[in-house]
Amino acid sequence: MRYAETGYILEVDLTRGNIERVETDPKLTEMYIGGQGTAAKIIWDRVPPETQAFDPENLLIFSTGLLHGTPIPAANRTAVNTISPATGLFGHSLMGGHFGPELKYAGYDKIIFRGKSPKLVYLWINNDKVELRDASHLQGKGAIETAYLIREELQDPNIQVAAIGPAGENRVYTASIEHDYNAAARGVGPVMGDKKLKAIAVRGTKDIYVCQPAELFAECLALRKKMAESDKVGDWMAVDEDDSFHHNNFSWGNARVRIKDYWSDELQERWTRLKYDHMDRQIGCYNCPKACINVISWPGRRRFGYKCYGKDTYHMAAFKELDFTYDILGIAQEYGLDSYSTPQVIAFAIELYEAGILTDKDLPGFPSDSGERTWYLMEKIVRREGIGDKLADGVYWAARRIGSGAEAYDHNTVKHFEQLPIKLGKLNPPYFLMIATAEKMAITQIEGSFPQDPLPTIEEREEFCKHWDAVPDPKFIKYFMEWEKRNEISNEASCAITEWNEAMHYLDDATGLCGFVSSFRGQFGGGVVYHMNNLPRILTLATGIEFTKDDLWSIYRRNRNLIRAINNRRGMRRADDRPPEDHWAVRDEAFEQQLLSDYYAYQGWTMDGVPRKDTLERLGIGYVAEDFIKRGILTGDEVPVEPSWKKEGKNS
Amino acid sequence: MGELVKKTIRRIKVDLKKCNGCRACEIACSAFHAKPKYSSVNPARARIRVVKDLLNDEYVPIRATDYSKAQCDGRRVYVVDGKEYSECSFCGTICPARDLFHEPDSGLPLKCDMCEDDPPQPEPLCVQACPLNCLTYEEKEVWVEADEEQVRPAEMELGLKSLVDKYGYQELSDTFARMSQKAKG
Repeated sequence: MRYAETGYILEVDLTRGNIERVETDPKLTEMYIGGQGTAAKIIWDRVPPETQAFDPENLLIFSTGLLHGTPIPAANRTAVNTISPATGLFGHSLMGGHFGPELKYAGYDKIIFRGKSPKLVYLWINNDKVELRDASHLQGKGAIETAYLIREELQDPNIQVAAIGPAGENRVYTASIEHDYNAAARGVGPVMGDKKLKAIAVRGTKDIYVCQPAELFAECLALRKKMAESDKVGDWMAVDEDDSFHHNNFSWGNARVRIKDYWSDELQERWTRLKYDHMDRQIGCYNCPKACINVISWPGRRRFGYKCYGKDTYHMAAFKELDFTYDILGIAQEYGLDSYSTPQVIAFAIELYEAGILTDKDLPGFPSDSGERTWYLMEKIVRREGIGDKLADGVYWAARRIGSGAEAYDHNTVKHFEQLPIKLGKLNPPYFLMIATAEKMAITQIEGSFPQDPLPTIEEREEFCKHWDAVPDPKFIKYFMEWEKRNEISNEASCAITEWNEAMHYLDDATGLCGFVSSFRGQFGGGVVYHMNNLPRILTLATGIEFTKDDLWSIYRRNRNLIRAINNRRGMRRADDRPPEDHWAVRDEAFEQQLLSDYYAYQGWTMDGVPRKDTLERLGIGYVAEDFIKRGILTGDEVPVEPSWKKEGKNS
Repeated sequence: MGELVKKTIRRIKVDLKKCNGCRACEIACSAFHAKPKYSSVNPARARIRVVKDLLNDEYVPIRATDYSKAQCDGRRVYVVDGKEYSECSFCGTICPARDLFHEPDSGLPLKCDMCEDDPPQPEPLCVQACPLNCLTYEEKEVWVEADEEQVRPAEMELGLKSLVDKYGYQELSDTFARMSQKAKG
């Protein structure tokens, strides 16, 4: 009897149209939990480094989290993994909604796609009946529209659909996979399009069992109540209309311009009215009491939903106001475009035009208004039309394909991937580490447990720490109490903070829990509902597998190192671990490189950023070391290096 | 005129504006009715379902009430705040027109029992699980005529009724007699 999981995955060979139901090894659950963790194991085993994103051998994996389908609230984020065309590395993205739980109820923990379909198809999963169906009538259709057409065609409104829009079909690198008002991006959309898979439709009516039913259910009722009542979880921007945080601190346009005093009372009042005049309601994802998604009805458009910073990206890239985003966002979602990276590609192109690198020859009839330009470029990119064909490859590759000095305008990518447009003054050391060593390409998927900023007074810090249930180790209280200035923190603390932040995300991405009630949210207020101290019990009650806090740390390290290893095997090294040069105005190369070395030492990596043999063996993934030695990535004789604070016998 | 007796009516009030579409009600319901209790979750077994249409901004939790072997003509369309709702969006009847409130294995009807339990639950589980108080529970005392009070059929009776509809009384009772004979050995 398997608890919490189904124990089966679907293997779909799109080239041959073959579908198999395969039983999985329960040992993998103990080692990697599920979700992204088990997906990484599959990609390590089956996708060799020679395989490129658009090769048929690349896999596209949709994973439920281990806790999907159980009564545990806010377990609903589906992980999508592949090799990403933009980075050439492990691609990871998550989407909320109802897709993962429905897949569980259909009887599967994962779907693994391989090969390429000769024509556009969609996968229809109805419990044990699974078939590939012709999707030629859906070609060019919007992502949400596709979901509705499929529900109509199969005559079942309860089907959950994940689909790509025309952007994914055209292999636009910033294409997303859309599910209701949720989306997975960061490289997975173009791979789905490349495989000629338009959509996945799921309907499941089977049971998901848990091991300790009564105890777990009581716990879940309490957790749900706590979540519903707490302002420390969920998206506070759904209720707090003051969004000075993004507008005053993040950069506008091509991540260039900061407008520190942009926000005003007048603006807030006007935008609040605009929002509530057009908002129908706020909705949540499967089994979650929060209501993070704002549902907007905009004249002449289909309803659409957004959350958090998603409402700012288009108008901030275009130097416009909220009404501009409301006008374009629903259409961009139908096209299946990621709202984080796409506006940056557009703003980059506008800058190239203003610099004379792109001309009227490249952009015939280019309008003069920045908003109209944004629409113009979005349409070109989605269709890969004219210059849009180059821009569709994202900022990094477009800059190389355009040439003539365009490379200099690609100033905000890491590992070829668009970063959030954040440009700050003084270095924040844990953020340096998180951005530099990120395997997930987006800071929001790494930061989150330790506060972003120190609190000004001792009293405020003490008060904060008093309610800080999430702290996994007293050392973090010490770090926080002693932290006075953002840029002044010991390397030891920076390494530990980075590790804790990462750890919670790696656990969420395996269990399927949402970062807004867990990994991402603790940095703002501290009071998350899921953390290292209560997760072991919850996991144990649900699965019947004994998980301790130490086990969770080990699983995080295992998953983190395995994904690092996939990327190392694809050529990623220390030189790639660099935040954008202008991310902070004040830089100190010697300090940063020492910090990076310390982090590598702390993680048990070589000074080139590769996990050592002893580290891998300690984590029970010695098979990675064997492969590394065979390939000459490691000799096997690399020895542990002391971080600077141990060498000096004091904090650096 | 018959004798007047006091009766407690148990009601679930639904505030449609408050539903966030999370389906915690479905989850709690299916867990409560699982055997052993809470051992599994399966929204398809829930006696309450959220009728959802994102593009229409429609979120309506409905609970399984009566069983019908035939579907009605369902021609009414309600317009509320400019949004169109079909008659089915508000209907709790377990009917063949839609894939709601049928036991997924047997196809037999599922019926809401307001979570009858020993000891009694303070509120039905769907209400307990509803995070935004879209669902609230009410008890109201009313006077009714004694002979008017009738017992509504419970889930098993509905299940048998659906089998009668399918096979007829004779075949059902013959089968039942044969099975009990066999069970007695």
